Amino acid sequence: MAEQRTPLLELQGVSKRFGSVQALYQVDFRAFTGEVMALVGDNGAGKSTLIKGIAGIHTFNGGEIFFDGMPVNINNPRDSGNLGIEVVYQDLALADNLDVVANMFLGREKTSLGFHLSEEEMERATIDTLDSLAVSTLQSVRQKVSGLSGGQRQAIAVAKAVMWNSRLVILDEPTAALGVAQTRQVLDLVRRLASQGLAVILISHNLHDVFEAADRVTVLRLGQNVGEYAIADTTQPDIVHAITAGTLKRVPGMQEDKS
Amino acid sequence: MSSAETLPEESKTESRLLDSQGEKSLAAYFSDWFERIRAGDLGILPTLLGLFMIAIIFQSLNNLFITPYNIVNLLPQMAGLTAIAFGAVFVLLLGEIDLSVGYVSGVSAAIMVILSIPKSGVEIPAFLVNIENIPLLYDAGIYLFNAYVAGFPWYIALAAGLLTGILIGLLHGTIITSFQLPAFVVTLAGFLFWNGVLLIILGNGGTVRIQDAVLRSFTRSYVPPTLSYVITLIVITIWALIQFRKRYVRQKKGLSTDPRAILFLQLGLIVIIAIGIVYYLNLDRGIPVVAVFVLFLFAILTYIVDSTRYGRYLMAVGGNKEAARRAGIPVELIRTSVFMISGLMAAIGGIILSLRLGSASTSFDAGSLLLNAIAAAVIGGTSLFGGRGFVYSALLGALIIQGVDNGMGLLGLSSGVKFIVTGLVLLSAVVLDSFSRRRQQQSGIA
Repeated sequence: MAEQRTPLLELQGVSKRFGSVQALYQVDFRAFTGEVMALVGDNGAGKSTLIKGIAGIHTFNGGEIFFDGMPVNINNPRDSGNLGIEVVYQDLALADNLDVVANMFLGREKTSLGFHLSEEEMERATIDTLDSLAVSTLQSVRQKVSGLSGGQRQAIAVAKAVMWNSRLVILDEPTAALGVAQTRQVLDLVRRLASQGLAVILISHNLHDVFEAADRVTVLRLGQNVGEYAIADTTQPDIVHAITAGTLKRVPGMQEDKS
Repeated sequence: MSSAETLPEESKTESRLLDSQGEKSLAAYFSDWFERIRAGDLGILPTLLGLFMIAIIFQSLNNLFITPYNIVNLLPQMAGLTAIAFGAVFVLLLGEIDLSVGYVSGVSAAIMVILSIPKSGVEIPAFLVNIENIPLLYDAGIYLFNAYVAGFPWYIALAAGLLTGILIGLLHGTIITSFQLPAFVVTLAGFLFWNGVLLIILGNGGTVRIQDAVLRSFTRSYVPPTLSYVITLIVITIWALIQFRKRYVRQKKGLSTDPRAILFLQLGLIVIIAIGIVYYLNLDRGIPVVAVFVLFLFAILTYIVDSTRYGRYLMAVGGNKEAARRAGIPVELIRTSVFMISGLMAAIGGIILSLRLGSASTSFDAGSLLLNAIAAAVIGGTSLFGGRGFVYSALLGALIIQGVDNGMGLLGLSSGVKFIVTGLVLLSAVVLDSFSRRRQQQSGIA
């Protein structure tokens, strides 16, 4: 059914080369509104390179990007921000000495007269955003971030990304450092983002998490897309097989046709 | 798992965040407060306790310590140090340090004093005295000095002194950020460099008297008693209006507010304490004008740190530079700016000190001035590692340091004892702070 819809984000044949290293080779990738697209692959498969290209941290060498069906150029982080793409990196980038409200609005504070912080307005918006995501375990939004658990911090980082009318949220290993209960919370949160009509890209090493939270999964191997699967139609062994032995279009090191 | 199953049960618990809405009960307010203290978040309590102990100890050793006369003396004594310590708080907030403030304050004051020398007067700056035996050059120097340097009205001279501090800070900050050098080294170089500049301007052991009447009177003026009460009441009224308005806005937005009773309690306490202090000071000469100025500075700087976008950026850069950078905060600009603020505050402090002295002089202890300023900020609870600091810590810390100094002076103790006691006060403040922070980390609120 989703195949007929236009993906929110579609990459067609993107490549990325760092010197002599071909990090990505003609990768097709897509993410749909209201769905969680998992991105899996072994270390060095090109997941981060792909994400950084989408986020505008570096540009792809070849291929095309479509957003909402329209061809777009993403040359820097501002371009991706303007499209409504937000990335939550693994290290979260929260200032521990500031409270939740200050972190949510960091760099985009609401002010009056251009300098006076509108604390009440920001606090209200923070509470509303967290409530809409059902982030329930916080005692107060005036709590300092340093006192929060790993799961809570992840939730704040995600909520921060969601607050700015974003349409596509990319989560880089959101559960990597979390315990069982907190992983549960974050995966629930990921589902909730999708059910609120966002497109979510979930990078994970943990296939269990992927099968819990994702609707589809794209497997990268050695910089190439070796398959996109609907979670409902596949099994973990299939994915493991794809990650470790998926069919490549081109064997690295083989004489290549200049593209 | 399917999301449809978990959603409804999740949304039942979501209202826990809404606990923070509406007016807190008095009991909840006090239990929160008690909880914070138990968890090690002592706020200004230790500093106040320290002040209290110093007052009791010195009063018991010499009953002149807490007299209106001595307190009225103490306030102008601590004004210069307090201003410089304000600057130190800003620099420390970013985890940086500014070692140059001792001589930046000296140079700024010297610039002001020299510009305000009357034309063709008897005072001649040292760099001209040095070339006295080269007649032609000397005459030209005197001519140029009288034509272009001396004889500015006091406000121009003052502005030039302040500008000197800002520009030196800009220079230090630019060097630090553009070459990515440690502030410690750059400002240490600045300490030496500006010491040299000061010696050249004023001559070795040189002194230039302040002759301008307005400048001379600033640190010797007191607010008339009636006016002091009027000002106090106006300030308190403004404070109360701001608090009530904030409360109203929070209520309107459905946010949590402190109990109304607490606000009235705070207001009552502030009125009693403020009026009490004003009354006490009026038993002697009254409130020194320079003390009012320092309080004014305190209010403005506190507002900047707590309630402006710039203040938020300071905190963010001090807490997590990388997060700030990713949030689009101009990190290097912010870093440069704190050295400018530090330079400005050093200039203000240096000018206050020289006004009190009645002259600009090379014979002041810039080293201990610098160390006392940083110590004041730290004693008051500002961290050396960035991200945590309060403008009030400069005020309280300076009060403690200058109080100890003053009390020792009354007892006729040597400056050796003075340094030892100040050192111990600093050490105990830092030890206490480290304990309270470990406690906070254990209880997960730090």
